[in-house]
Amino acid sequence: MAMAKPGDPVIRVRDLDVGFGDVLVLDHLSLDLLRGEILGLVGGSGSGKSVLLRTIIGLLQKKAGSIEILGKDIDCMSYEERRGLERRCGVLFQHGALFSSLTVLENVQFPMREYLSISQSFMDDVALAKLDMVGLNARDAEKYPSELSGGMTKRAALARALALDPEIVFLDEPTSGLDPISASDLDALIRTLQQTLGLTVFMVTHDLASLANVCDRIAALANGRVVASGTLEAMKASADPWVRTYFSERKGRPVPSRGASQRE
Amino acid sequence: MESELLQPITEDGQTKFEAKGAWTAENACELDNLVQRFIGTRSLEIDATGIKALDTFGARTIDRLVRRSATAPREVYQLRLPQRYVDLFNRVSQAADKPHQPAESSWPISSGISILKQNIVRAGVGFFDFLAMLGEIGNAAFRVSLNPRSFRFTSAVNQLDRVGWQAVPIILLITFLIGCIIAQQGFFHFRKFGADEYVVDMVGILILREIGVLIVAIMVAGRSGSAYTAELGSMKMREEIDALRTMGLDPVEILVLPRIVALIIALPMLDFLGSMAALYGSGVTAWLYGHMSPEIFVARLKDAISITHFKVGIIKAPFMALAIGAVACAEGFAVRGSAESLGRQTTSSVVKSIFLVIVLDGLFAIFFASIGM
Repeated sequence: MAMAKPGDPVIRVRDLDVGFGDVLVLDHLSLDLLRGEILGLVGGSGSGKSVLLRTIIGLLQKKAGSIEILGKDIDCMSYEERRGLERRCGVLFQHGALFSSLTVLENVQFPMREYLSISQSFMDDVALAKLDMVGLNARDAEKYPSELSGGMTKRAALARALALDPEIVFLDEPTSGLDPISASDLDALIRTLQQTLGLTVFMVTHDLASLANVCDRIAALANGRVVASGTLEAMKASADPWVRTYFSERKGRPVPSRGASQRE
Repeated sequence: MESELLQPITEDGQTKFEAKGAWTAENACELDNLVQRFIGTRSLEIDATGIKALDTFGARTIDRLVRRSATAPREVYQLRLPQRYVDLFNRVSQAADKPHQPAESSWPISSGISILKQNIVRAGVGFFDFLAMLGEIGNAAFRVSLNPRSFRFTSAVNQLDRVGWQAVPIILLITFLIGCIIAQQGFFHFRKFGADEYVVDMVGILILREIGVLIVAIMVAGRSGSAYTAELGSMKMREEIDALRTMGLDPVEILVLPRIVALIIALPMLDFLGSMAALYGSGVTAWLYGHMSPEIFVARLKDAISITHFKVGIIKAPFMALAIGAVACAEGFAVRGSAESLGRQTTSSVVKSIFLVIVLDGLFAIFFASIGM
């Protein structure tokens, strides 16, 4: 793993067009994700946040534009390069997307089993260490996804996203469906993991508390483009009316201490 | 013990190891081998200054090396890990402090017995589920009959279209072919005794009494029973059934009853169509293969069969429909959260309903024999 300096872009999206049929969801969108930062992507429902995320990780086809991940254009990649890249990215899906027929531990070990030829005991060790980092204990490891609560599902899915120690982690609404306490716990966890493992995090979220507590930088999506990006303060002072409304008054209040944090 | 990642250096008569390069997931295999090689080493000194990159895999490897070889407290070991990795190492090491007992694999025979026990219990539970479903269907049917307007007529018609109308082509095709095959076999073997004429008797009685209804019921169990289980099962998984319950609605009344009613109406109709197709197929075979003119075939058929044979077949159809529907719905409701369980219940729905169809057929055979039909 080449040591790269913090601050240079790991993902560079330029003039991206994505659409379904005649509808253009993303229209000449440009966005940078810098190494070592946590970027929060906000936008109204249906503004194309998840579409952008899914296009970057290669689940959706783009119509035009370019996406560079870790310095390589995804269009010019061979199959091996693509696989190698996928190893270096972890994805937390909105509803966890844990494999329902495998236990939590097996879910976390699944990418390791596919990509690395290491002994079962080493795999157990590392997987349990990951589960411990996300706050699940050894007893939870033996459970099946259907036996987990919402918060535990997110944590288990996060552990799976981190299974191969990726450099970039994509989080699709990590705190949705969680109570404020669990949500702020998860936020703290994401922050800790980001610092410990040196991750770059791309987070789609609606959660203002997350945005305030965790994100280094925020990008707001509207009408298929990034209409504003910057810190929370910059967003509040944005010229775009939608962005100002989003972060203003009721919502823009400084987020109180955990437990009482306000969620959209 | 040479490896790119951990190189021995002799210094003042003592060997210590210098960790180098990327201790990351990329090299996980080599890291794993390192640990295997150092198992049982009494003391080990690692100098980690040279580590270029470290992730959880590397941190866990260092931790494992330190633990496996430790005879003295591990503070003794000079790790000299670069400052930026200390957090990660401490975190991983802290995680490893918590012991993990994997589920102990028990004695094979006792685990075999426990699997057998589980299967017996599961079969028993499945049977009770089936009985409970029959009871609930009866209950719902009774309630609906008191208040006929609450019957989901639209849903029943929709289901009737799916399990009845849309099944017609495949049922016709298969029963036609079965009719052909039975007639061909009959002619082939009966000809040796000069008993060609009796093929028509055999074909008529066999198809109307047994084969027609059995083939159709088995087809419907595979085609519609499995669909019922999968539909209800995925609704169960997505909590749609719970949603119905919380609205004060009975899922059996809303989802199961229209499906069962549709099956009970459709199966006798399909049985009739299927039997006719099979008779037609055997007539065609008799003409082309057995050199028996259609007029003679029809005349023989008139003599050989009576309305009783037809009744024996068609009476069974609604009961088989009820059995198929009840099994399919009970299995659908038994689906738990996982995709695997959906597959398992769908399989078991088809297997059980075909089994029940055949058992029912046997019971009816005894019953009709004893009342002389």
